[in-house]
Order: sequence, then C-alpha cells, then structure tokens
Amino acid sequence: MLNSGVALAVNNVVKEKNAVMINTGAATSDLTNAQCSPNTIHWVYDTYMLANSTGQALVKAGGDTWYFVTADYAFGHALERDTAAVVVKSGGKVIGTVRHPLNSSDFSSFLLQAQASKAKIIGMANAGGDTTNTIKQASEFGIVAGGQKLAGLLLFINDVHALGLKVAQGLNFTETFYWDLNDGTRAFSKRFSERMKNKAMPSMVQAGVYSGLIHYFKTIDAMGGNPHDGAKVVAKMKEAPTDDPLFGKGTIRADGRKLHPAYLFEVKKPSESKGPWDYYKLVGTTPADQAFRPLSESACPLVKK
Amino acid sequence: MQALYAQLLVGLINGSFYALLSLGLAVIFGMLNIINFAHGALYMMGAFCAYFLLNVAGIGYWPALIIAPIAVGIFGMILERTMLQWLSGLDHLYGLLLTFGLALIVQGVFQNYFGSSGLPYAIPDELKGGMNLGFMFLPIYRGWVVIFSLVICLLTWYLIERTRLGAYLRAATENPTLVRAFGINVPRMITLTYGLGVGLAALAGVLSAPINQVRPLMGADLIIVVFAVVVIGGMGSIMGSIITGFALGVIEGLTKYFYPEASNTVVFVLMVLVLLVKPSGLTGRAA
Repeated sequence: MLNSGVALAVNNVVKEKNAVMINTGAATSDLTNAQCSPNTIHWVYDTYMLANSTGQALVKAGGDTWYFVTADYAFGHALERDTAAVVVKSGGKVIGTVRHPLNSSDFSSFLLQAQASKAKIIGMANAGGDTTNTIKQASEFGIVAGGQKLAGLLLFINDVHALGLKVAQGLNFTETFYWDLNDGTRAFSKRFSERMKNKAMPSMVQAGVYSGLIHYFKTIDAMGGNPHDGAKVVAKMKEAPTDDPLFGKGTIRADGRKLHPAYLFEVKKPSESKGPWDYYKLVGTTPADQAFRPLSESACPLVKK
Repeated sequence: MQALYAQLLVGLINGSFYALLSLGLAVIFGMLNIINFAHGALYMMGAFCAYFLLNVAGIGYWPALIIAPIAVGIFGMILERTMLQWLSGLDHLYGLLLTFGLALIVQGVFQNYFGSSGLPYAIPDELKGGMNLGFMFLPIYRGWVVIFSLVICLLTWYLIERTRLGAYLRAATENPTLVRAFGINVPRMITLTYGLGVGLAALAGVLSAPINQVRPLMGADLIIVVFAVVVIGGMGSIMGSIITGFALGVIEGLTKYFYPEASNTVVFVLMVLVLLVKPSGLTGRAA
C-alpha cells in the first residue's frame, strides 16, 4: 500500500474484520494518531518523522522561508501539514503552497509559481514519480541555479537511481534504511539485489516489509500458531521488542508506531560514488525515541495518558 | 502579468505533445477507422527505444529522433499486418479492445523488466541550458520541442491534405474498392499509414524522454488526455487535432495557475461541454 488514502480506508476494514495490517508504504502519520487502530502497526516511516528530521535540519541550516509543492491527496496534505508545523516551530515561515494532482507529469507551472514566491526552500510534499519529475524540471528551469533549494520530503533510493546522481546530488532527505548502513543491511541487500532482474538495491519500504513480516512470524510462533484474532496478534507484537538485521533493535508503541532511528542523508556527487547504487552520505541520525511523534502529542485513543 | 506569459508558454510546451500524439491518433482513425488505444504504449516504446540506443549502442539523441520512430513504426506495421487488418469492417469496439489489450501487454512486459520507476535520459548537449526571456527562464530544450513538433505537425497535415499520396489515402478511406481498381495497393497504403501514425507517437516519445522520465507507464498517463483532445477536435480531423492539442495545452496551463487542483480534470470538463454542444467535435464531420 503506497497510497495514504488507500491505507486509511484499509485501516478501517482491517479493524472491522479483526485482521492485521503492517503498513510499510503509506506515510500519513494519521495511521498512528487520530485514526490509530488496535489492528494496525505502522512500520517504516511517517509524515511526522520525515517532516521532523528533514524540516528541522533545513531550517537550522538557514532555510527559513518555505513554499510547498504538494500532491493533492491524503499523503501530500499530511506531509505538508506536519512539515509546516516543524518549520514554524523551528522559527521559519511558510509563504505559500500549490497543490498539484497526483501523478502529474508536468510541474513547470507549479515550479514557476514556487520560483516567483522567492522562498528559500521549495518543499516537495509529494512522492515517487511526482518528486523525481519536480526535481528534474526544477533543474531544467534553473531554480536551483537561481539560489532556491529543493527539499525532498520523501525520496526513495529508486528515485535517486531514476534521477541519476548528476541531477540528484546534494539533495537532503530522510530514510530509515539504506543498504550500505552496516553488515546486516549489506548482507540482506546483496541477497535481495541478486534476485532482482535489474539488480536494484532494496528501498526502505521493501526492507520494511521483510522486517515487519519477520516480527509477525516470530510472534505467531511464540503464540503457538495463528489464533485468527488480529487485535490479539497485534497486541502481542507490541509487547515483544523487535530485532532484525535491517532496522536493528526496536519497539512498537501502544499507538502502533514502530520505533527505530531516522537517518538524514545527502546524495553523493557523481565523483564521490564508488559504484552502482553507492548514492548516500549519512549526515545525521535521530535516535528512535526522538524520531517520531511523542506520545504526549498523540490524539490516539489507545494511548493512556 | 509576467507569470501569466510564462504559464502560456508552458502550456504551449505541453500542447506540443498533445498535438503530436493526437495527430497520430487522428491519422490512424481517419484513414483506418481504428481507435488506437495502443498509442500510449507506442509512445512509451519510442522513449525506451531512444534510451536503448543511447545506453546499449551509444547512439545519441539526434539519430534517435530518426531511428526510434522508424523502428517503432515497423513494429506498428507488423501489428497492423498480423492483427489489426483482420478487424477492418467490424465494429470500432473490436479495434478498441484489441489495441487496449496490446497496450496492457506491452506495458506489462516493460514493467516486468524495468520496474515502474523511471530511467534517466539526459538533454543533448546542444540544447542544454536556457535563456532569460525577461518574464521567464525558458529551457532551450523546451523551446525546441515546441518548434520541432509544430513543424512535424504541419508537414503531416501537408502530406495528407495537399499531396497526391495524401489524396490516394483519403480516397482509399472513402472507397477502397474503387481506388484498387486504379491499380493502387490499398492494404499496403493502410499499413504504411498505421506505421506513420505510430512513428509520430514514437517521435513524441523521444522528444519527451529528456523532459519526463522514461517509464513503462508514461504513455498510459497521457493517453486518456490525448483521447479527450481528439474527441474535442473532432475524430479524424488532422488540422482539428493539431489546433486542439496546442489550445488545450494552453488552457491546462492557465488552469494550473488559477486553480491548480482542477488541472487534471479541465480537459474532460471541456470534452463534455463540446460533446453536448457539437457531438462531432469542433472541426469534425457529422457522422
């Protein structure tokens, strides 16, 4: 499930049918906030964490005026809302927003509006093809050369691969997994890549599916078989700490949020890259307990205050 | 006001792609009576062809502009010879289903091998950079796209409406039996026409490769809009589809400025309005 709108809908169905949802693809932080469910675990990342890590780092580095180019659906709105909150909290200002339809191929109009706003940072609250097209076309229209900086709020390694290092170099963004982090991630990624037709390295979403399922199977094993009671399984999954070579040791909170560190990356220059898929430099790490929305701010009814 | 000029120009750039693609569709529909739903997939193949030429054979953008349309055009002619020609005389629905199925297969195969994310294709060195027009920064490549596609559109129009070959073609659609009686090989002409329409799609694909990502679904996203363009312009009308292509690009560009949320739907709203008032399209002949 890569679409937040779909994930929120499925979230309700899963609760109704008492099944288990381990969400790795959709980003909206509502899944563990106002719309949290006893049947849902949100694994890899969410809009709050992306906004928090990338947004704060950029404002600190002097990017205090923002213009958002936002995908016009649940995910884009959530990401824009969460990032704008972080920007304002860190002392920055949001001077405008343009909302584009999902899966647009042409961003020139939107980018020209962002350019005219003279904001220091153009925050891309979109994902996938929308983001890569925005970045590519921004470089075409001389936006980065003109002094404005692009902030990719959600980028995957496949996007960087599609852009090529020449266009993507210097971009800052946040992920929770990178194949070249440590021996555990490298070993898994090597096995993964060998099975892929185009030898691609896993993205954080793909790694998250693996990690989430491992924890699920461990829990089912410990329970001595599948009880076919989603809420019970999820409750058990929240009790046990998680441990896998991909995300390291972690925990799952009462609201369904899986906790692990968040990494701020910078895309390497073509000259710094030593081989295929050698794309990121690690520039900062937010520890697991600070990366996600604190429970004290949570609107989730499952959280006892 | 400056921003408005910029949006108009940006609209023209998108209009170029609409015009090239809807022109190919109009040629195919006008001459073969086939609603070619495979058009988007063929456009995508054009872009992939350019990508392969560069990355496998080291052949750059300029030769690709000629080689890719020919290669994909030949693929199209094979399709016409082996499958589409059997559908002549049948209801439009059959052609639509066949070409739609073909499009799904082609896109599926490409997705299987290349995934759904895009592959990079660089702008050729000669067209890199941009110029400052005062009201906006125009990337040279985009200016090139507008001019080049305008020239190609007009050439195609001239070929079909003003030359002897075009006259044969139009006659063959009206009454194939009679044209055959004059000793003209009508089936071959139809195959070549399909090849031409497909070649135009592939050409648009090559043109768009440096701007958009080379992706298996790049055509699927575009084809629905292009069909709306053809319907608004009038099915089968060559000039109608060229003018509507550019005009709708501009209208869409303005919508992106005044009410960006509606930029995806404005074309279809227009289509509904046009169909209500003039069911055969703005320049179409009444059925």
